[in-house]
Amino acid sequence: MSTSQKIRVLLAKPGLDGHDRGVKVVARALRDAGMEVIYTGLHKSPEAIIEAALQEDVDVIGLSSLSGSHMALFTRIMELLAEKEMAVDTLVIAGGIIPDDDAPKLEKIGIKGIFGPGADTDTIANFIRANIKRTL
Amino acid sequence: MTTSPKRPNKDPNTETPSDRAEILQKRKNWEEEYEQLMKKKPERLSSFVTTSSVPINRLYDPTDLPQDWSYLKDVGYPGEFPYTRGVQQTMYRGRLWTMRQFAGFGGSEETNERFKFLLANGMTGLSVAFHLPTLYGRESTHPMSLGEVGKLGVAIDTLRDMEILFDGIPLDKVTTSMTINAPAAILLSMYIAVAEKQGVSPDQIGGTIQNDILKEYMAQKSYIFPPKPSMRLIVDTIKYCSKFVPRWNTISISGYHIREAGSTAAQELAFTLINGLEYVKWAVKSGMEIDEFAPRLSFFFNSHNDFFEEIAKFRAARRIWARWMREFSPKNERSLWLRFHTQTAGCSLTAQQPYNNVVRTTVQSMAAVIGGTQSLHTNSLDEALALPSEDAVEIALRTQQIIAHESGLTNTIDPLAGSYFVESLTNLMEKEVEDYLQKVDQLGGVIPAIEKGFFQQEIANAAYQYQKEIEKNERTIVSVNDFTKDEDIEIPILQIGDEIAERQKKRLERVKQERNTEKVTTALLKIQEAAKGNENLFPLILDAVKLYASIGEICDVLREVFGEWKGDLLF
Repeated sequence: MSTSQKIRVLLAKPGLDGHDRGVKVVARALRDAGMEVIYTGLHKSPEAIIEAALQEDVDVIGLSSLSGSHMALFTRIMELLAEKEMAVDTLVIAGGIIPDDDAPKLEKIGIKGIFGPGADTDTIANFIRANIKRTL
Repeated sequence: MTTSPKRPNKDPNTETPSDRAEILQKRKNWEEEYEQLMKKKPERLSSFVTTSSVPINRLYDPTDLPQDWSYLKDVGYPGEFPYTRGVQQTMYRGRLWTMRQFAGFGGSEETNERFKFLLANGMTGLSVAFHLPTLYGRESTHPMSLGEVGKLGVAIDTLRDMEILFDGIPLDKVTTSMTINAPAAILLSMYIAVAEKQGVSPDQIGGTIQNDILKEYMAQKSYIFPPKPSMRLIVDTIKYCSKFVPRWNTISISGYHIREAGSTAAQELAFTLINGLEYVKWAVKSGMEIDEFAPRLSFFFNSHNDFFEEIAKFRAARRIWARWMREFSPKNERSLWLRFHTQTAGCSLTAQQPYNNVVRTTVQSMAAVIGGTQSLHTNSLDEALALPSEDAVEIALRTQQIIAHESGLTNTIDPLAGSYFVESLTNLMEKEVEDYLQKVDQLGGVIPAIEKGFFQQEIANAAYQYQKEIEKNERTIVSVNDFTKDEDIEIPILQIGDEIAERQKKRLERVKQERNTEKVTTALLKIQEAAKGNENLFPLILDAVKLYASIGEICDVLREVFGEWKGDLLF
């Protein structure tokens, strides 16, 4: 569990999706909002993302997907998170192209905030502050 | 070479110095009166800027053009240097642009059906979207393909999939564009092989492969190998096609993805043309004559919301390219031509109130047509949410048909030439491109600039600025930060089921059982050996493809020799 004064956020691109405009904008906005942001870069497997989250001792994992593979990949990531016993301490949020019908399914597996096209970066930062699982 | 203008030498747009002085005086008076009025009633906005944040004057007149600007030197006639008004003499009075809707989803069967639907509705060229595993040279069964099969495009693993994709579509009658980059040589080989099975020889097929790896490192990010071996694959393809597939556009130098990643219009144009120049230099360095390949280079641009800025971009593109290419002293006039495909801006579409996207797409298409595009894809209204449904794609195609047949935009060539505003914007665009060319030269060229992350950072900066302008309400996006509604509008969404991945897996397994494994292994080894040397890889890839080697297998042997590009972590 991080003891940093700053909120630590891992932003990740699971799978083969190369759309990184959104994740980069969010990364910069969260950094400007005073958070410590680690970006995984593209083409990461669920295993690599969980490993990075563990190494970096983050409070938040933000998953970005615009390729339609979110159900398969996010489900796998949440399974691994539970296996590593990180689910209790880690807030997981998601962004990208995620159809409305999928939002309740993602919530059920533990992904709390879903931010689609047109989302305001302040809203994302505020959501993180309100929902992280430790008190700073 | 230059084509000599067929008109008299008198430049119709040159005013005498005394005219200019008089105009300047009048303009000054007018501006002063305007300022007086503003004291009573200020302008609506503190600054008026384009979509790319370029400040726009309240008025343009002849003095906004530099004194050495000349109609014949800077604009000229369609089909004549510097081609500002269009590459073809007759433009849309001769022939309309090709209506080419990008399509691909699910398996080859689903996409084949969509192609036939579009052709039946008046589409005039095919354009294939491949799923991510194909773009990255992975088999559909690879662990990294989890969840991606058939989602963003059609799943293609082997020649068998390609045979189904084009089943019943005569490849000597249609032209096909394929958005494929790192493994472009493999997909073109498959297309050649399918054509041969239909009895169509390689010199009869026409179309385009994107094959533009440089912008992948900058923006679209579907790279596999590092830049240098990737450039070698591209040059190999250009060389092979110049001999055996002469009607094929071997590269579509693309700004589209640069813009989608967040660049400004000028950055889109600059980075694209600079990449184009890099391909030309590599091909020349490999020993080719400029006229052997330059006429088959084509371009691909974005058309965003700002109507005049986009038109200026297209006009400037032709002029700059012609001026740059003239330095290579081509003998064939076509080597000077910048021919381009346009797609309306996907990134401009909103998930909120999605029907409004039809209007955005219409405005963007009009800019592309006034800008003289050779082919056009119009986005569907649902593309901020999913891949397009059949109904949505039909409206998108009808949009083009209405512009072509009802709007009158096609009656005359380059209708905005001579507009002081549009000519000024065109000049400004050219200047910004030249400035970027200098910067890239100072960084040591395109590949060193990519390695330093220069383009990536420029694009990320512009994307962030644009987002912040929206969030601060300095820029209005209808339905996003103004004119919003609380209730969601439900529109039908195209869903891709998991059964596609299962079917694809079974087909790939069957192909591998039925093919001659020994021959495939030998063909793959030959590619690997040749990759270590300088031999042209294209014919070897074609051989392997015909034996039903998969894209994943061919890319894997190349990965072993070339290595992989790791990408950047900049933001």
